[in-house]
Amino acid sequence: MNWTSILIATVSASIGPLAVANILAAQGLNIHYGYAGLFNFGQAGFMAVGAYGVAITCASSEAGGYGAPLWAGVCVAILAAVVLALLMGLPALRLRGDYLAIVTIATSEIIRLMLRSEAISDFAGGNSGVNGFANDFFAASWFTNGKRFEWGPFSYLGKDLWVMLIGWIVVAVFALVTFFLMRSPWGRVLRSVRENEDAARSLGKNAQAFKLQALVLGGVMGAGGGIMLALFQNLAVPDDYVTRTTFIAYAAVILGGAARVGGPVIGGVIWYTAFQFMLSLTDEAKRNDLLPESLAPNAALLPFVFLGIALMCLVIFRPQGIFGDRKEVELDAR
Amino acid sequence: MRLRLSQVSSRMLLILGVLIAAVLVAPGASAQEGEGIQGTFINRDDGKKPVPGVVVVVSDASGTKVGTATSDADGSYSLDLPKPGKYVAELQIKSLPTGVKLTDTSKTKLSFQVNPGQRKPLIFPFGKDTATGVSIWAKLPGTLLDGVRLGLIIAMTAIGLSLIYGTTQFTNFAHGEQVTFGALATWYLNQEAGLSVIPAALIAIVLSGALGLGLDAGLWTPLRRRKTSPFALMVVSFGLSIALQAVFQFFYGTRTKPFSEYGIQEPLFKLGNQNVPPRAVVMIIISVVVLGSVGLFLQRARFGKAMRAVADNGPLASSSGINTDRVVRLVWMMGAALAGLGGILYSLDNQVSFGQGQSLLLLMFAGITLGGLGTSFGAAAGCFILGVAIQLSTLFIPTSLKSVGALVILIVVLMFRPQGVFGRKERVG
Repeated sequence: MNWTSILIATVSASIGPLAVANILAAQGLNIHYGYAGLFNFGQAGFMAVGAYGVAITCASSEAGGYGAPLWAGVCVAILAAVVLALLMGLPALRLRGDYLAIVTIATSEIIRLMLRSEAISDFAGGNSGVNGFANDFFAASWFTNGKRFEWGPFSYLGKDLWVMLIGWIVVAVFALVTFFLMRSPWGRVLRSVRENEDAARSLGKNAQAFKLQALVLGGVMGAGGGIMLALFQNLAVPDDYVTRTTFIAYAAVILGGAARVGGPVIGGVIWYTAFQFMLSLTDEAKRNDLLPESLAPNAALLPFVFLGIALMCLVIFRPQGIFGDRKEVELDAR
Repeated sequence: MRLRLSQVSSRMLLILGVLIAAVLVAPGASAQEGEGIQGTFINRDDGKKPVPGVVVVVSDASGTKVGTATSDADGSYSLDLPKPGKYVAELQIKSLPTGVKLTDTSKTKLSFQVNPGQRKPLIFPFGKDTATGVSIWAKLPGTLLDGVRLGLIIAMTAIGLSLIYGTTQFTNFAHGEQVTFGALATWYLNQEAGLSVIPAALIAIVLSGALGLGLDAGLWTPLRRRKTSPFALMVVSFGLSIALQAVFQFFYGTRTKPFSEYGIQEPLFKLGNQNVPPRAVVMIIISVVVLGSVGLFLQRARFGKAMRAVADNGPLASSSGINTDRVVRLVWMMGAALAGLGGILYSLDNQVSFGQGQSLLLLMFAGITLGGLGTSFGAAAGCFILGVAIQLSTLFIPTSLKSVGALVILIVVLMFRPQGVFGRKERVG
C-alpha cells in the first residue's frame, strides 16, 4: 500500500473541480433546506438543466448544439433553472413538506430520463450526452491547459486549476450573496416562514412567494454546480445527475451545518476528502491485490456503501453537523 | 434519553457490522466487470431468435482498433475495453447469417460512451421494424395485458410503502431495495444454490419479510422512539438505499440476469399481435389472489382492522387498546414480503437487475399519490391505474419515455387534486 499516494490524491481532490461542483450544489440546497426549510430532493435536476443548458447552447452545430458563446450558454442555463423552479414550486409549495420531497425527486428523474431517451437524442445526445462545448472556456484560461503545475508533492493540470479558480470565485460569490441576503429583511422573513409559516402569514407576509423565491435562488445555485461540472468534464451526460448526486450535496450541507453560510463549503470539502480517501484506498488496495479475487472487480462500489452508511450515521447522530444549531435544523415535515 | 441513544448506537453499529461483514465475506461474486461491451443480438423477424456469428469491430475515438467481438451461438457477445470513454463499433455486414438483415441497413456504425465499470450493450436492431407496420388497434390488447400486469406489480409493491407511510408517517426511500432484495434472493437461491424457481421464490419472500422486520426493529423503531424528524428519516432511508444498492451491485454485478426457468416459453395464445406466454397468465392470477387476500385481511381480519385503525388515527387506536408497535411490525413484515414478491414477478419478465427497485419506486410514488397517500385501497387502485396508463402510453410515445408519463401524472395530480383520487382532503394540510 502506497499511503503517500493515497494521501496526495485525497488532499488534491478535496478542493478539486468535482468538490467545487458539489459545493455549489450544496450552497443552493442550503438556501432550500437550511434557510427556507424546503425539502428539495431534486437538486440533481437543477444541476442537469444547468449542465445541459450550457452544453446544448454552446456545442458546435455538428455536435447538435447551437454554437453560441459561453455567456449565452450560462444565461440559458440560469433561465432553465428558474423555469424549473417555478414548474416544481407552483404545484408543490402549497403542499406539505414530504410532498415537495416526492415531487422534486420525481422531477429530477423525469429530467434525467428524458435526457437519456433515444427519442430526443438528436437534441440531448441520449445516453452519451453532449460534449465539446467548453473549448471557449478553456481558451480563456490563464494557465497552460496541458501543463502540470506543482507545489511540493501536489500538482494540478492547468485546465483543472482554471476550473478551480473560477469555481472557487463562484463559491465565494454565492457565499457572499447568501450572507447578505440572510441578514436582509428578506432573509429574516424567509427564516420566519421556515419556523412558523402561519405566524409569518398573520403578519401579512406572502409565505408562498418567499418560498418560491428561495426555490428559484437555490435552484440557480444548483445550476451553477451543474455548469461547473459540465465545463470541467467538457461533457454533459444524464447519469451524472442521478438522485444520489442530490444526496451527496445534502451530505455536505448537513455535515457542515445547515443554515450556516460556510456550512456547505466546509462540509463539502470534508465530505469530498473522506469520499476521495475511500476511492483512493480501494483503488490502491485493488492495485496491490489486497482484495480477494472475487471482490476486486466491483471494488469501485465500496465508497458508495461508505457514503450511504456515513450519511445515515450523520443524520442520526449529529443532524446539526459541525457548525449547525440543533434547534435550527430539527424541522418537521408537516 | 442517554440510554435510548446508546441503544440506538449499538443497534446502528450492529447493522453497520452486518453490512460490512456482508461485504467482506462475499461468496463468489460473478466474474467480469471492468469496462466493456456485452449483450445479445436478437432478430426481431424470427420470433426473437438470437443472431450468432456477428462480427463487430470496435475502435476508440482516434480511430485505432481496440478489438473485435463475435456473437456466439446464443447471440451473446462480450469484449473488454481498455478504459472508459468514447468508442465506435462497426458491424461487419458480411458476417451476418443468411436471411438476417439490419433494420436500417445504412446504420452499421454506432458510436457510444462507456462509463467507468460499465458493460455496455450495443443496439443493432435486426429484422423488419415491426413497430411501424402494425396498427395501434392490433397492438392494443397485448399492451393492455402488459399494463394490467405492470399495474398489479406496482400495486403489490406499493402496499407496503403506503401502509408504512399511513401508520408511521414515514416516506421510505429504501422501499425499492426491498423489491430488489426479493428478486436477488430468488436469483441466488435459484442460480447459485440450484433450487427451482418456485421454492426459491417462497424462501425469498420469507427472507424479504424478515429483512423488513429486521430493519424496522434494528433501525426505524429506535429512530421513531427518539422522535427523529421526518426529514431526517427520509434522508436516512435514502442513505440506506444508496448503501444497499451499492452492496447489491457489488455482489450481483451490473448486468441483468434471468432465472433458470420460465424465461423462454411457448406462447399460450395470441392477443392482437402479441404472443402471451403462460407465465403472464400465472402472474396475473398470483397477483390478483395475493392482492385480494391482502384486501380481505385488511377489511375483515382483526389485525387488518387494527392496521387500518392505526393508519387512520394512531393515538386514538393506541388509546383504544391496540398495540401500535405490534401493528407497525406486522406492517413492515407484510409490506416487505409483498415488495419481495412483486420484485420476483417483475423479474420473470424483465430479468433481475440491481437497480430495478429504484426505478419501480418512482412509479410507486406516482401511483400512491394518484390514489391518495396513506390510504391502502386507494393506493393500490392508483398504482394499478397508473401501470395500465403508462403501458398504454407506449402506443403513442417511445417506450423509453414511459416513466416520464407516470411522473407527469404525479405532478399534475398534485397540482389539481393533491389528496389523490380516493384520498380525503384533510390529509394534505
